Amino acid sequence: MTSYSYNYGFLDEQTKKEIRRKLLQAVAIPGYQVPYGSREMPIARGWGTGGLQITLSIIGKQDTLKVIDQGCDFSVNACNLRNFIAATTGNTVTTDTAEASIVQTRHRIPEEAMREDQILVFQVPYPEILRWVEPSERETRRMHAERDYGKLWVFLYEDIVRWGEITLSYRYPVLVNQRYAMDPSPIPRHDVPKLHQAETLFLFGAGREKRLYAVPPYTEVVPLQFEDYHFTIENFGGQPCRSCGSTSSYLNEVYDGETGERYFSCSDTSHCAKNSRGAIRHE
Amino acid sequence: MLSVRNLSKIYGSGCGLCLELTGPGVGSNICPKCHSIVACARIDLDVYPGEIVGIVGESGSGKSTLIKLLHFDQEPTSGYAYVQGFEDGQVDMFAVSNQKKRWLRNHQLGIVYQNPNAGLNMEFSCGGNIADKLIAADWYNYTRIRSRATELMQKTELPVQRMDEPPKRFSGGMQQRVQIAKALANNPPLLLLDEVTTGLDVSVQAQVLRLIRQIQSTLQIAMVVVSHDFAVIRMLTERTLVMRNGRVVESGLTDQVMEDPHHPYTQLLINSML
Repeated sequence: MTSYSYNYGFLDEQTKKEIRRKLLQAVAIPGYQVPYGSREMPIARGWGTGGLQITLSIIGKQDTLKVIDQGCDFSVNACNLRNFIAATTGNTVTTDTAEASIVQTRHRIPEEAMREDQILVFQVPYPEILRWVEPSERETRRMHAERDYGKLWVFLYEDIVRWGEITLSYRYPVLVNQRYAMDPSPIPRHDVPKLHQAETLFLFGAGREKRLYAVPPYTEVVPLQFEDYHFTIENFGGQPCRSCGSTSSYLNEVYDGETGERYFSCSDTSHCAKNSRGAIRHE
Repeated sequence: MLSVRNLSKIYGSGCGLCLELTGPGVGSNICPKCHSIVACARIDLDVYPGEIVGIVGESGSGKSTLIKLLHFDQEPTSGYAYVQGFEDGQVDMFAVSNQKKRWLRNHQLGIVYQNPNAGLNMEFSCGGNIADKLIAADWYNYTRIRSRATELMQKTELPVQRMDEPPKRFSGGMQQRVQIAKALANNPPLLLLDEVTTGLDVSVQAQVLRLIRQIQSTLQIAMVVVSHDFAVIRMLTERTLVMRNGRVVESGLTDQVMEDPHHPYTQLLINSML
């Protein structure tokens, strides 16, 4: 009888080997986009295939996995990816950031500080930060090669002219290791400072655009800012999360259609639950 | 300040005989053997600090190509050039990396093209276009960029209150002045002007020329002015090179060239002035 079971982690070993080699290159040149042969996955491109392929390539039997989507462990996208990885690896899954050794994420960095023994894998829709200002791929590659980021700066300048501040709320351009301008994926500005000199390895995968890149631990990651117009994180007017009372985490504004009430609640659901139980120590 | 030696640009495969088989003697710049186009051949050019040098010639004589080579918009086939402000004028500026060329372009050169579309980003605001050049020269202070842009707009007689409008809403003469403001932004010692008044009506031409003369007399910037119009050359320049079929056929003091042209082609050019 033929067995129809998949290889451990769905991908064949050759593919994993290619992705791991490209990841090594990405770690060696922080912020540089490494092209790779993105494979067909059983989910559509643009739904996290880049992050998924990285996770499946680096996961080992001892790893504990957490998957979040905009900070939430229980959205359809997060559940499906987690179930798929669990089904093809048999690995343990968790919703607790502190317990996980690999966290795959869409558009957030967990609130709990991550450690050296953890890896954060980002799903990236558009890896090219210069796409804000330049449609040609050949041209953006030249710009990266020559560290020619003037257009990106003018883009920020124009934003200040028009609105009196930099209004980019996500995909805020950062300069990695004083060399490459990088798209931090659509994380809110709140999360951008967490990339700087972090203990954790950050891996970024764009499946549709076929690019990988990385920020190794303890790397300088600085948001682009003018000397007199500084990068700022979101401001929630001092409002706390309604569930856990946190004022330091990234909050979602919730509108209750029946009562007409507006309130805020944590975007990171597992952190919020832990905080409500009093399981987070506040220094 | 700038010295160019033996500069050539051949479009096409080139056959080794291109330079011998073309030129004003033959009356063509297309190589009969390999059909390559010799746009510039063995050009020597010197520009001294604060001086304006004119390059005149008919369409297709290679004058714009020369400017494009000097601004690194195109790569030369052969030749050397040295700029005082770069490595003390000891290193050939065509032989260095793209990154260094970009530094040179951003810190030592300014250019004004015939067509404002080539020199400006029409989607950015007028101030943004000036900021582009300043940022390229490592200005990262918003307030300082704004005040420098204001100063430049005043200097080039542009309405400062229209700083945040895109130049596509400006008239041709104003667009040309935005280009000049941008080119002057980081006080380059050398300014390249490629047919700046062509296509403007006469009164606007006069304004732009007056502006260029003013800039030269107050800022002492050296300039290379390319034009097919002898009137422009006579008004602006002290020395002139006459080009034909990719060669310099005559050069000297502008007055001399105009009053006593030696080369038959120069005589023809001057005689055909209206």
